[in-house]
Amino acid sequence: METKLYTVTIFSENTPGLLNQITIIFTRRQLNIETLSVSPSAIKGIHKFTITVETTLDSIQKVVKQIDKRVDILKAYYNTDDDLIYQEIALYKLATDKILSLGSIEALIRRYNVRILDITPTCVVIEKTGLYEETQELFEELQSSIGVLQFIRSGRVAITKSKVERLSDMLASIDECTKRKQID
Amino acid sequence: MSKKPISGSYALIESLLNEGVDTIFGYPGGAIIPVFDALYDYYERIRYILTRHEQGATHAAQGYARVSGKVGVCIVTSGPAATNAITGIGDAMIDSTPLVVITGQVSANLLGTDAFQEIDVVGITQPITKWSYQIRRPEEIAWAVARAFYIAKSGRPGPVVLDFAKNAQLGLIDYKPEFCNFIRSYLPVPNIDENIFKKAADLINSAKKPFALVGQGVTIGQAEDELKEFLDKADIPAAWTLLGESAMPTDYRLNKGMLGMHGNIGPNIKTNECDVLIAIGMRFDDRVTGDLTNYAKQAKVIHMDIDSAEIDKNVKTSVAVLGNVKTTLPTITKLLKKTNHKEWIESFKEHEEQEYQNVIKSETEPAEGAIKMGEVISKISEACRHEAILVTDVGQNQMMAARYFKFKKKRSMITSGGLGTMGFGIPAAIGAKVGAPERTVCLFCGDGGFQMTIQELGTIMQENLGIKMVILNNNYLGMVRQWQELFHGKRYSSTLMANPDFIAIANAYKIKGKEISDRESLDEGIKEMFADDSAFLLVVNVEQFGLVYPMVPAGTAVTNILLGE
Repeated sequence: METKLYTVTIFSENTPGLLNQITIIFTRRQLNIETLSVSPSAIKGIHKFTITVETTLDSIQKVVKQIDKRVDILKAYYNTDDDLIYQEIALYKLATDKILSLGSIEALIRRYNVRILDITPTCVVIEKTGLYEETQELFEELQSSIGVLQFIRSGRVAITKSKVERLSDMLASIDECTKRKQID
Repeated sequence: MSKKPISGSYALIESLLNEGVDTIFGYPGGAIIPVFDALYDYYERIRYILTRHEQGATHAAQGYARVSGKVGVCIVTSGPAATNAITGIGDAMIDSTPLVVITGQVSANLLGTDAFQEIDVVGITQPITKWSYQIRRPEEIAWAVARAFYIAKSGRPGPVVLDFAKNAQLGLIDYKPEFCNFIRSYLPVPNIDENIFKKAADLINSAKKPFALVGQGVTIGQAEDELKEFLDKADIPAAWTLLGESAMPTDYRLNKGMLGMHGNIGPNIKTNECDVLIAIGMRFDDRVTGDLTNYAKQAKVIHMDIDSAEIDKNVKTSVAVLGNVKTTLPTITKLLKKTNHKEWIESFKEHEEQEYQNVIKSETEPAEGAIKMGEVISKISEACRHEAILVTDVGQNQMMAARYFKFKKKRSMITSGGLGTMGFGIPAAIGAKVGAPERTVCLFCGDGGFQMTIQELGTIMQENLGIKMVILNNNYLGMVRQWQELFHGKRYSSTLMANPDFIAIANAYKIKGKEISDRESLDEGIKEMFADDSAFLLVVNVEQFGLVYPMVPAGTAVTNILLGE
């Protein structure tokens, strides 16, 4: 079956051990997590996980159902790249003398839309935000021309193209349900 | 004014009472002593059953939960006690049994220091529980216990672990009872679109050859009556999964027998002939379906389940009816046309006859040769007027018991289905007898499984439980030996067993027993077993190379049925 890169978005309560509960579901199926990013969501007390994984549609559907089933998970979704706006951030540490030897640092910054975060007499740290291919292209160019002292890339963060905020819809229905329970 | 503060241990017991708990299985130890100290003051209100091993405590709690429909409760200590409990927790997870297992844990300040008998219980149990939580402060107890019971019993039931740090057991707290019937991130019964019922009913009404598969969801949902009304109205033949047995009486006219690897011929053949397959509270386990690429491809599938993750997991569904079958079944029944499928139902007969001639007759009514497992089980079922609770271990004894034990009453089949845990039998029978003391409990074990939890005979002795135990002894790990015979060139690697004198062991535990080796004395032995209400061990030395047939070899189509010579 055809595999694809899927982005799994998970909203959860902020309880300890949540990450483990999620990752063991991938482990059990021998699915390799490509990227992972965790942070508080826009809603207080709710955390958001963004995970990318290369697998089949059948497999991702089952995985998402199993994640969604966990008691502390509010909701899990999967999307393909077509449904999403997504970015990764990469940091590059370069030797200051080497970067000066490039001639025009300005050209580099303009061409790649790079930001300078830190400059010392020995090294310069630059940042680039973009798709994986873009941060990778810059890495490869720098590596082959002046060498990269250190390189780090974040996991993907993603937001859906559709206007509807799915979580807020869901929370609204939960609130409705809570009210009904209280009346009962 | 608030009452006097109490310790976390007392708060735990009060919280359990608040959930209606009156029976606990377990084993004490260092990191849980304060809880046992508190229990000492509640002996009149809570029956505490000391098993001989923590695995036994969990299986006993499972047996108790399965016969009673209540949540089974275990209290054990930390470290090795928690790891011993893992098998029962895993078993309860895969067989959807509501358990709350409370494990002791070292004090919170020692967590992560490799303290004595410290182990990461939450980390270990997360994959095999619905919820696993560490209580580190006495203030969390009432909340955690209420939540644990709600999670364990709601929706698709399952095990919950509460890992109870010693400092929280000792710390003082102003205890206030808490209740839980809602968790915002947890939807135990999924929402359903009302149109689905009509879709399902239309499909069934249009069916010429409908066929229902009955799983444990019917028993868990206490929907036995609703199932019967459903099947009766549209005249649908039905077959059961291992855990779905006893949801319908054996002699019910639409009960066509067992599904799967050692199931009846008719149900397996008809799976691949029906036009609408209605799965009711079952999960298409591989032991039921065999090769999925050749499973019911001709049929439209209606899948009724409370767990939405089961939909399309193994078999693609035409109509998914989410929810408790207790409510979804009658909703569909109302929309059904009263029909009959006489010809279709009668088409099972040919297979029943074939199976009787090729398998059942020689297994249950042999004229000569060694005693057969099937005949022992038939005779004992008969002796109980088919009203007993059947508990089995795992292996040939289990498949034979499922095939030949008969049922008139619901909630009467206790077995380890999904995990297939050898050693489940004795402790599960203990729990079953404690949960249903007025009923006869018959346990069938092999000689292998009996020895895996043989120490629980001590629990039977101490609690004076009148369990009727039968060892079907062939001096082999029979099911493995069967596979070795059929698929591994009769190379009986590590399956021959030198066995102890089981009767002498039973007697040492003050349990009466009798060993039977010839057919003539079998009836007398059974009579002796049921002569009074006390525990009894009947060891029947059966045919050494007995085989369970029919058999659908693993991974092949359900229509590929071996019948033996």
